[in-house]
Amino acid sequence: MTSIKNLLTTFIFLVLAFSLTACGGEERADRASQPDTQEEGLTEFELEHGIGPITERITLDDELDPEKIEKGRNIYEMKCEMCHNMQGRMVGPPLAGVTETRTPEFIMNFILNPRENIDRHPIGQALLREYLTQMPYQNVSEEDARALVEFMRDYDANL
Amino acid sequence: MKKDKTQKLRSLFVGIGLIAAAGLILAGCPSQQGMMDTRDAAQKVYVAPGEHDEYYGFFSGGYSGQLSVWGLPSGRFLKVIPVFSQDPETGYGYSEETKPLLQTSYGFIPWDDSHHPHISQTNGDADGRWIYINANNTPRIARIDLQTFETKEILELPNTGGNHASSFVTSNSEYVIGATRFSIPYEMDLDVPIDSYSEEFRGALSFIELDPETGMMNMGFQIIVPPYNYDLGRAGKGVSEDWVFFTTYNTEEAHTMLEVNASRNDKDYIAAVNWRRAAELVRNGHGETMSAEYYHNYYEGNQGFAINDVKDQVTVLTPEDGQEFIYFLPTPKSPHGVDIDPTGEYIAAGGKLATVIPVHSFSRMIEAIENRDFEGNVENIPILSYDATIAGEVENPGLGPLHTEFDGRGYAYTSVYISSEIVKWSLETFEVVDRIDAYYSIGHLMITGGDTKNPDARYLVGLTKTAKDRYLPTGPKQNHPAQLYDISGDRMELLLDFPTIGEPHYAQAIRADKITQNVKQIYEMEENDHPHALLRIADNRVERDGDVVRIYMGSTRSHFRPDNIEGIRVGDTVYIHLTNLEQEWDVVHGIAVKGAQNSEILVAPGQTKTLKWEPTRTGIYPFYCTAFCSALHQEMQGYIRVSAADSDVSLAWRTGTN
Ligand code: HEC
Ligand SMILES: [Cu+2]
Repeated sequence: MTSIKNLLTTFIFLVLAFSLTACGGEERADRASQPDTQEEGLTEFELEHGIGPITERITLDDELDPEKIEKGRNIYEMKCEMCHNMQGRMVGPPLAGVTETRTPEFIMNFILNPRENIDRHPIGQALLREYLTQMPYQNVSEEDARALVEFMRDYDANL
Repeated sequence: MKKDKTQKLRSLFVGIGLIAAAGLILAGCPSQQGMMDTRDAAQKVYVAPGEHDEYYGFFSGGYSGQLSVWGLPSGRFLKVIPVFSQDPETGYGYSEETKPLLQTSYGFIPWDDSHHPHISQTNGDADGRWIYINANNTPRIARIDLQTFETKEILELPNTGGNHASSFVTSNSEYVIGATRFSIPYEMDLDVPIDSYSEEFRGALSFIELDPETGMMNMGFQIIVPPYNYDLGRAGKGVSEDWVFFTTYNTEEAHTMLEVNASRNDKDYIAAVNWRRAAELVRNGHGETMSAEYYHNYYEGNQGFAINDVKDQVTVLTPEDGQEFIYFLPTPKSPHGVDIDPTGEYIAAGGKLATVIPVHSFSRMIEAIENRDFEGNVENIPILSYDATIAGEVENPGLGPLHTEFDGRGYAYTSVYISSEIVKWSLETFEVVDRIDAYYSIGHLMITGGDTKNPDARYLVGLTKTAKDRYLPTGPKQNHPAQLYDISGDRMELLLDFPTIGEPHYAQAIRADKITQNVKQIYEMEENDHPHALLRIADNRVERDGDVVRIYMGSTRSHFRPDNIEGIRVGDTVYIHLTNLEQEWDVVHGIAVKGAQNSEILVAPGQTKTLKWEPTRTGIYPFYCTAFCSALHQEMQGYIRVSAADSDVSLAWRTGTN
């Protein structure tokens, strides 16, 4: 039921968004380039760290956890790699360097709740416009998402 | 009670003069049209867009061999679950994984006739875990898992001709039953003259054990019975939960022109079997092991290829004097259904040719057994006296009563074929209290939550045999209708009339929340144990072993990997093992290859399915995704190059480098 509601909300949102664009194209266009938090209804936290189950900063050890890295790599190979390259564009953006451009919370939220981030978050919206495929939720747990972050951190540390 | 019944029947069966004449002998009040105010009816069946129905309805597909799923009360079509027939839409029976499900001791059979779906039960209530359904023609029972709505298992029944009295489960899903509608010689492949019927032919009643954890079937034992036609069955409930009941017709033992020759006796029998006692006898060594060949097809893991477990033995139990586990209850005349009320006390038979609905009493039956109130016996099966077991006879039930269900509020509802109506009668007075037309020629009926200890009894669905003028004409053959009635009040009211698929015989409906909480949205990749699954996209590859080529392919929005393949040769057998690496609900990919003498294969998220292809001509073969999976779906394609049998083009595959 909840996913149906989500769909509905998304639908209503899209219809609204569409009618807004249809009525005031130009005004809308510049708003998209400098997102207005009030308008998007996003909190400061969400704006910086994405929309999803991670609502507080997490603490990361400077030292990387090899077990988590390994786990993250396995998940990446099973559930992400068909759409992402670390280097170079594929269905989705390259993931090399993503831990430098985004916060770990953002990455986790994006993985755990891609649909809403694509729909409502300015970064997600911009990515969708570029890649035109909606990244799916790949049935990963919070713990899995954390492991994926570790894997990406490790990759970026060795760039 | 008006006397214009002939008039009434005539209008029902315009042009069918013969049947109208038969109506002359109908006594009693005519059926009402019973359509409520159209706006009220519309309101009652209206389920707003995006909202869900309150019930799942599972309708047998009859000669389609499948099981269809409907939302009730809206009559929304939800899905066809392929069971006994190949289904090119999904690739069921075409993919290498599912083909073994349709194997039998007679080889691969692409079709059957499915009749009676029955939901597994716990404490006499439908529990929504599995649904079983029978194949009538080449006798089998299938189990459908209601987490995935997929057929997971099929068991063939030996010694059986026409498995019609099936697939009803006992109160705690201890057993699912089957029986022979057409008695046959029961030693394997016995080649005898047909007119040795009475000597050589016998019936077999099958008791298939169910595993309480997995729902898996195991042929428990068969009871060998006289050569009659065993038509329908039901398990007892409550007080009678240790018993199952079967109707018989053709106690005349005719083997030709049954229409006439099997309609001579005034009474045939209900066979009452104490399954608990029979099982105990078998456990104590009273059964006999005989050779038989039958297939048991199922999956060993979550995924992979169904396997064929070929059995060569079955345990049979032939009634012996004094064993006391099976009795015959005389009942009028060529009965079809035998239905047990929610308390388990009343046993209603539907004598197609009877003028009353006989209602037998379970407690009186037990008393008669204790008092040895027997009229005789056949093949060591005691025959009880009719008077000793009967609780009441419902007068004026119409012509051709067939099947009964109960509302748990003291009323029974019987479908009446020839006069095409449903009659509601009281279990207290055995009098008809209401009747309503069915369009046209009703077979089974079902009540929401029916055939359990606690029916919900909000709605009744009548499953009728001809549509004629009910819908827009679609040629000489119309699809079979279902009619939904509101039975929550004193009078039945018709709400909805909609066409179904195939020929629905029986159907069952269950409160949706008993199922929705368990329904799976994806196959978890972590649990994909298919031997040819592609668990990491990086492992996509093509392997050759002699003439067998295996393509390990992955799909995601919106590409296949690999999508360019060379080095296949004419004469190769190519297996495309396609893993859908998506993990999002309802994101399906399919694959179709030009010229492949096969169907497409549809692959659910997280699933691996295999398309077999034997290319016969050289050339370039495009393949593509058959499911519109994303905005870039049209880009989801690839090429396979097929070279001559003796070519030395080497095996190569790639993706993403132009
Ligand atoms: C079906 C293809 C697909 C799959 C599978 C997929 N992604 Fe994505 N991903 C995308 C696309 C496309 C985008 C860009 C946003 C959009 O259009 O939805 C994206 C965006 C991202 C981003 C945001 C990048 C940024 O610059 O902010 C991250 C992080 C990410 N994906 C990680 C993952 C991980 C981890 C997985 C596996 C659990 C995964 N993706 C699975 C297609 C996919
Ligand atoms: Cu596709």
